This record gives sequence, structure tokens and C-alpha cells, in this order.
Amino acid sequence: MNKSKQKRDLLFLTVVLAAVLAVTIAMDMALPSYHIAIKVVKKATVYALVAVSMNLLNGFTGLFSLGQAGFMLLGAFSYGVLTIPVDKRPGVYQYFDGGAIKFSLPEVFAGVFGDTLGSVIGMLAALLVGGILAALMAWLIGLPVLRLKSDYLAIATLGFAEILRAFFQWNALGPITNGSNLLKSYPDFTYATAYVILAGALIALIVLLINSTYGRAFKAIRDDEVAAEAMGINLARHKRMAFIISSFFAGIGGGMLAMYNGTIAAASFKSTMTYEILLIVVIGGIGSISGSVIASFLYIISSEWLLRGLDSGEFLGVKAPGLFKNGFRMAVFSVIIMVIVLFFRKGLMGDKELPDLLRLGKRRKEAAPK
Amino acid sequence: MGQILPYVINGVSVGGQYALIAIGYTLVYGILRLINFAHGDVFMVAGLVMVYATASMPFYLALPLVLLVTVLLGFTIERVAYKPLRTAPRMSLMISAIGVSYLIQNLAFYITGGIPQPVTNPIPWISENVSLLGASTKRVTLVTPVLTILLVAALVYLIQHTRIGMAMRAAARDFETAQLMGVKINSVISMTFVIGSFLAGVGSMLYFTSYPSVAITSGGMPGLKAFVAAVFGGIGSIPGAVVGAFVIGLCEELIKGLGYTTFSDAFTFALLIVVLCVKPTGLFGEKVTDKV
Repeated sequence: MNKSKQKRDLLFLTVVLAAVLAVTIAMDMALPSYHIAIKVVKKATVYALVAVSMNLLNGFTGLFSLGQAGFMLLGAFSYGVLTIPVDKRPGVYQYFDGGAIKFSLPEVFAGVFGDTLGSVIGMLAALLVGGILAALMAWLIGLPVLRLKSDYLAIATLGFAEILRAFFQWNALGPITNGSNLLKSYPDFTYATAYVILAGALIALIVLLINSTYGRAFKAIRDDEVAAEAMGINLARHKRMAFIISSFFAGIGGGMLAMYNGTIAAASFKSTMTYEILLIVVIGGIGSISGSVIASFLYIISSEWLLRGLDSGEFLGVKAPGLFKNGFRMAVFSVIIMVIVLFFRKGLMGDKELPDLLRLGKRRKEAAPK
Repeated sequence: MGQILPYVINGVSVGGQYALIAIGYTLVYGILRLINFAHGDVFMVAGLVMVYATASMPFYLALPLVLLVTVLLGFTIERVAYKPLRTAPRMSLMISAIGVSYLIQNLAFYITGGIPQPVTNPIPWISENVSLLGASTKRVTLVTPVLTILLVAALVYLIQHTRIGMAMRAAARDFETAQLMGVKINSVISMTFVIGSFLAGVGSMLYFTSYPSVAITSGGMPGLKAFVAAVFGGIGSIPGAVVGAFVIGLCEELIKGLGYTTFSDAFTFALLIVVLCVKPTGLFGEKVTDKV
């Protein structure tokens, strides 16, 4: 790729990102924070981040891991546990004497930097802690698990996520995790812009990583392990690195999901959540960052907003309460997903990125599904 | 001894039910090298059909119907979701399996309205209480292991001594060569799914009679555990799957007996990880070497 093309890509990306940011800011100004559009943007950015982190592992390094929900759970809990205001703790931890942790990061930082800035720093710090914990856990899990291949790796990571979930529901850890009860009353960013900037910055980090020498090593491992090793790539080290980095971002994503949801329950971080994210990655195209982002937005916008009517009796002006009842939306969705999986295996973007579309023209034929 | 006996009996029974599911995994994996993530959901659907069918007809009609529906479902899944991907990379196949699992769960949610369907004594005879060595239990806990052993024996006979069994073994050994030798690979694979689903259907009926309700997520856990059992025993090996399932069922119930119910699931996965790291081919699995 020559310099001018690279410049054009960069320009294009900047324009797109600036446009997204401008739209979000405008929405934040014009709409109240409980408006569905704001909620959709928040949730979609979180899913985009998590999907991209999964893509880094499954799409770029070729490690088929299904432990995403476990790492998200770690991030979510760290965020909740560290940010619940001290005076609300007795209410949240009502079965555990107000819990074992007697401080709240936003309040600690608020004492140093003033209220607004301090609590923002505190919230970011809590997210970061979640990410770091997830990364540590990934390192630990990776020691035995990364020696496994393809489907065994998938099932082992899935198993680890389930073990983590069991631990977090264990009553003995209740003073910290609140057992199987909800964590709630922790702070959230009011504006969708905050979500977009945060997730955007993290995704940008992942993109930088993928375009670095490490990223090229990851792709080499994906394409052919043996050849990559022969070229001098340290397989174990790079796999571990990809696993840890992906989990770090999944942890932060989990924290942001907790933020968006307003409550945390270990029971919601089931394997179904991992499957959902994996399917988003597949829709977007395995190995395409912009694909994952676009797919997350499409998925969340249509499931939370456009297709709501499928569940509540009226869709596109057609009233059929017998057909359009609770659950129809997800049923339609899963049929669409199966069609994509079976007939459009490359997803929306294949392994192309958004700037590639600019100069697709000739190449469109070969990108078309067979 | 008197205290742990009920747990041992339960464990053997649960183990038998896992064994019936695990065979489905192990057969499919043996031939297609695919973890059929949808297998647990097929198991769940069998439970749902049992609830609906026994509510509207006598059980001697309902039970064959359950098995028929389950077998048809397994067959259809293979034809629609896996057959088009024969030449695709394994990852696509696995994603397709996950997609099918997602689809079945969502369809079941739509049909049931998301409400767990109560199981109301579908098969009266096997739900009666009996006492064994002083421990009171339901008859199903005694029937399950016996039935499991009988079905497994029949299956082993089928695989070792019939033409279709020979074809299945050939396909499991070497997919392409079997095809070249004139084995009709598609019918062999369909047969595998039919057998697997049939056994899952039987397992499902036994499993859900001792549960209060069937929810759309009910299939996930037993499915995963049965898969672990299959891996533990050495994936691709039928005796391995059965032994693995009984071991897991027993351990799980004993852990519950010790008062660590939260960890009975976690134990299964810990076992999986230990097995995968120490002896990835399982107890009876064949050594597979990677070709470059």
C-alpha cells in the first residue's frame, strides 16, 4: 500500500469518525438521556467494543475462544463493586452487612480532583481495573488452555467462563460480589458521547495493534501456524498476548455494559451472551474491525428499536397480535443469522475494512459469496 | 453409607442420562469433527415435545411421537445447517452449530412464550416411588442405568456388526477414502444424527420426568456436561462417553451431597480442563497426529 493511499484512508476514517461524533453530540444535545436513540447508541458502542475484542482473537489470531462472557463478567463486577457510592452500599449489600469494601473509587478521586472530574476519573479507573483483572485472568487461564486447538480451545474457554460465573454466584464471596443478588446504584455516563469516545478510543487502540508487527504476526498465525512458526514467530507468546489483550478489552466492555444496564447479575453472563457476540462478529465479517462495528450497530438498532414491533403486535402497520408476540423478533433474527452463516459466509465486510470499500470496484466480484 | 447412598443412586441415574446425550456428541464428532452445539437444544426440544404431547394424548402414543419429532429435528438440522458446509473450514461449521442452537432456543422461546413448561407426571409408572436398600427414590432412577446399558449395547452391536455400522466406522476413520470406497457419506452422516437424536430423546424423557419444568435454557447445561463426558472418555469412543458420563454424574451428585451445589457445574468444567491438559485424547480416545 503506498503512502497516498494510506493518507486517503486516514482522511476517510477521520471524516467518518468526526461525523459519528458530531451526530452523537447533536443527539445528546437534542434528546433526553432516556430516549431510545441514546440508549441504542450506548448499547451499540459497548457491543462494538466487545465484538471487536472478540474479532481480534477469533478473526485475526484464529483462536476460537468462547470465554468472552466470563471476561465481561469480571469487568462488570469490578466496575460495580468499585463504584457503588458508600452511602448506598448498605442497601445494595443488604444480605452481607453492607459488603466488605468500604470505599468507592469515584468518591475517592472526587476528594482529590473535585466532583465532576474526580468521579469521571474514578469511573474510568474502575473500568481499567476490570480490564486488568480480566487480562490477569486470561493470563492464568491461558497457561493451560492455549495449548489446545480449535474446538477443544472453544469448549475449554466456555468452561472457564462457566466456572467464573459459578464463583461469582457463590455466597461465600457475597461481601464482595453480593452473591446471586443484583449490584446496582452505581454511576453511569449520562451522555452517549462519552460511550462513543471511550469505545472509539479503545477500538482505535486495537486497530493500531492489528496494523503493527504484532498484528501481522497474529494474522500469520491465523493463516498457517506451522509456517508462522517457521518464520520465527513465537507461537505461544503471540497467542498468549492476543488472548490477554482481547480479554482486557472484553473486561472493559463488560464494565461498560454494566454501566449501560444499571444492574449486574452474574446469571446474565451466560454462554448465550458469548454466542450473541460471536454471531455479531460473523455478521460483520470475521477479520474485519469496521464490519464488527457496523454489525453491532445494525444488530442493536434493529433488535432494540426497529424490530420492536415484531414483539408487540404491530409491525410496519400490520396488526397481528397472534403472530407478532413476545419472542418473534429474536426468532426472525436467528433465521437471518442462519441465512448469513450458511449463504453469506463472509458477512457484511468479509475481511475488508471500510476504506477498502472506496477502491473496491473491480474486487467486488471476488468478494461476492459463492 | 446410608447418607451418601441416595446421592450415589441419583448420580448413576444422572450419569445414564448424560451418557445418552454424550453418545450423540461423540458419534457426530467422530465423523464430522464437529462439536454439535445444537445437540443440547435438541434434547431440550424433546423435553418440550414430551410436555405438550403427554398433555394431549395417552403416553403410549406420546412417547413414540417425541422420539419421532426429535429424530426428525436432528435429521433436518444436519441437512439444512451442516450439509452445505461440508467443504467449509471447521470454524464455519462450528459457527453454524452455534447459530442453530441460538435459533432453536429463540424459536422455543417464541412458542412457549418464555415460560418454563411444567412437567406433570408424563409417564406415571416411572415416577412412582420405590425403595432400594433403605433409600427411597423414584423408579426412573433405577430404570435409567438399565435402559442406558441396553441401548448402548444395541448401539455397539449396530456399529460393530451391521453394514451401516461398518460404513460409520469407515467414515470416522477416513472421510474421503470412505467416500472413494463407495460409502454413501451423506446417508451415513444422517444416520449418525438420527441415532444421536434418538438417544437424546430417550435421555430427555428420563431426565425431565424428575424435573419440575422444561425451560428453553434447560438443554444447555446437560448438553455441555454430556459433551465434557464425551471428551473425558475420549471423543469418538462410545464406551468412553458412557464411562465418562457415569463418572461425571456420580461426582456431581456427590459434590451436591457435600453441600457445594454451586460448584457441581464448575467441577465438570474443571475436570474438562484438567483432562484436556493432561490427556487431551481422553480415557479411550485414539491418538491423532496433526498433518502439516
